[in-house]
Amino acid sequence: MYRYDDYDRAIVTARVAQFRDQTRRFLAGTLPADEFRPLRLQNGLYVEKNGPMLRIAVPYGVLSAQQLRKLAAVTRRYDRGVGHFTTRHNLQLNWVKIEEVPDILAELAEVDMHAIQTSGNDIRNIVTDHFAGVADDELADTRPWAELLRQWSTLHPEFAYLPKKFKIGITAAREDRAAIRVNDVGLELRQDANGATGFRVFVGGGLGRTPLVGQAIRDFLPWPHLVTYLEAVLRVYNRYGRRDNTTKARIKILVKSLGAVEFARQVEEEWSHLKDGPATLTQAEVDRVAAHFAPPAYENLPAEDLCYVGFLREDAAFARWAARSVHAHKVPGYAAVTLSLKGLRAAPGDATAEQLEAAADIAEHFSFNEVRVSHEQNLVLPHVPLRELYTVWHLAKAVRLASPVTGLVGDIIACPGGDFCELANARSLNVVAELQERFENLHLQHEIGELDINISGCMNACGHHHIGHIGILGVDKHGAEFYQVALGGRQGHGLAFGEVVGPAFAADEVGDAVERIVGVYLEHRLGHERFIDTFDRIGLAPFRSAAYQQTEQEKIYA
Amino acid sequence: MPKIIKERRVQDDAWKVVTLAAGETAASVRLPVGPLLVPLAVWRARRAELIAREYEHGEPLGVWLAPDEGPETLLDDLDDFTVVAVHFPKFADGRGYSTARLLRERYGYRSELRAFGDVGRDQIFYLNRVGFDSFMVGTGRDATDALAAFGEFPEVYQGAVDQPLPLFRRRA
Repeated sequence: MYRYDDYDRAIVTARVAQFRDQTRRFLAGTLPADEFRPLRLQNGLYVEKNGPMLRIAVPYGVLSAQQLRKLAAVTRRYDRGVGHFTTRHNLQLNWVKIEEVPDILAELAEVDMHAIQTSGNDIRNIVTDHFAGVADDELADTRPWAELLRQWSTLHPEFAYLPKKFKIGITAAREDRAAIRVNDVGLELRQDANGATGFRVFVGGGLGRTPLVGQAIRDFLPWPHLVTYLEAVLRVYNRYGRRDNTTKARIKILVKSLGAVEFARQVEEEWSHLKDGPATLTQAEVDRVAAHFAPPAYENLPAEDLCYVGFLREDAAFARWAARSVHAHKVPGYAAVTLSLKGLRAAPGDATAEQLEAAADIAEHFSFNEVRVSHEQNLVLPHVPLRELYTVWHLAKAVRLASPVTGLVGDIIACPGGDFCELANARSLNVVAELQERFENLHLQHEIGELDINISGCMNACGHHHIGHIGILGVDKHGAEFYQVALGGRQGHGLAFGEVVGPAFAADEVGDAVERIVGVYLEHRLGHERFIDTFDRIGLAPFRSAAYQQTEQEKIYA
Repeated sequence: MPKIIKERRVQDDAWKVVTLAAGETAASVRLPVGPLLVPLAVWRARRAELIAREYEHGEPLGVWLAPDEGPETLLDDLDDFTVVAVHFPKFADGRGYSTARLLRERYGYRSELRAFGDVGRDQIFYLNRVGFDSFMVGTGRDATDALAAFGEFPEVYQGAVDQPLPLFRRRA
């Protein structure tokens, strides 16, 4: 993991002092609320329905056990003992007091953490693969690149007042687990014919009101030019992105209106002046940062662990959990493990202080002190020896971190919705609860198999509803909550946005509709076909007609 | 006399900002005596007249750019200006930050570069980094208080105008 040196520490500490002073002036009335707003947003502080909300950065999703314990302590001391992990490697505290936020930031700085640029019209937290460094399908570890970009983007003086927020995602794996093509810039690490590292650069992806897939503007950017090229992209955007209409201010609108070819031309023109300048990355710096992410001291283990195999055979509940939660690791004898934050009757991504501490303990003993945060709002233990999986399962189960639902219906991705968020048009957690209850039966969930359900409470799409196999969007119809359902969206390299099935459902209809849609799948699927494959084969029509029809069983109970 | 921040202290300032009121045109707006910061449109419409003022009356030349007016428009004349100013109608409009870097880093502008409008204490650290060296803080803002902004960060990651080398090229 990256450890701060005196330089990093000085910068983050100064940021805390700066924000403490801004907060003091705001509370004293010398800094007006409308001026304080963009400043506090650049430090992740929102004012929401229940009061202030603080969004803490978990840069590229990597946490140490010590940092997890600090987060637990902070939620206890300054909040209600619970935090909410978002879809972009952040942790949100919903019940903080403005006057205490500087103290929270000071505590976070003690463990090399901050809330810098977790909101605002600036460069946001860089996202990457939660299996970076351990995935068996990756070309290279993306964390050093993400850290290099974290440093470059942190307190960038030219790009603090962009037309709108700016999100960057990086992947280096065959399977894109960072959804890079729905980021403003997506970076796909590649190697050229000579084995040199570089990036394919996508721009203009994003969800929200106008969902668009990022377009490639450069096929291979040699790594030394990563920062200068991004500065060129950002400068073109900063100068020419729309500022007259906030709903058209993202870079995707600029790319769409110019066309990717013309946008790329403007970037290349700008870049021709910046290329090979002082911001050009050096091998020494890449090596310095990469050294922080050196693999831990793995043991030499056999690829197969007989105890693990035995437990899988003897304990069906463990086997069910392992089938969903244990992931391939590039080192023999190890696995990456999902600790699910999708417990029953809990909001997706919510973690209590006890859970955070338990995860820290488990990580300390069984995963080289390290935890990851996934964009699916779960925690991941990146390096668990196979022989310890049974123990880890028991420990996780004791604190409700072992729902065996990862990738299944129960693994719903959702924003906090109208219960918390000022922007929401509808609640999302009510739909989560409804679906959790309907699909509570684990046998049924495993029978249904892989199915991504994503729920957003408004067009801003924090729940990534466009890329769920079943995507649910809360809308407001004359003051009532309605839910638009779309099918066929997906993340990964086959990224696609869902098709809307038809008119939105009332809050009390959406559960029936989803159940009917799943029913159509179960009826039509061939063999072990996944939901999304059945959808691709039979199309939207059968789902559409069923979604609005009461089934015979429903008629009986009606 | 109005105050500005320059050389990291509060000073008197003699420059007047010329703006076009409704109904006024660049060709017709009255140019008062004294050093003037004229809008780009006035500079374009009355370049000869303004240069004559400089030659005949020793009035220094100044121009100001709106957020959507890039520095490219001034290239042939850059050496003539004593002050180039960039207007920030709203501090959240960050286009002027790119304007400043381009003027300094690409086009070699060396004289005074001034930020004016809705800027103050909480913008000056970044403004200074991208090459502004004088600041006319917005009405209702305290210039003396704003001086504290310069020392807000002891170290920075990126290269910019104030420190061209990124931290990774300086890290001990």
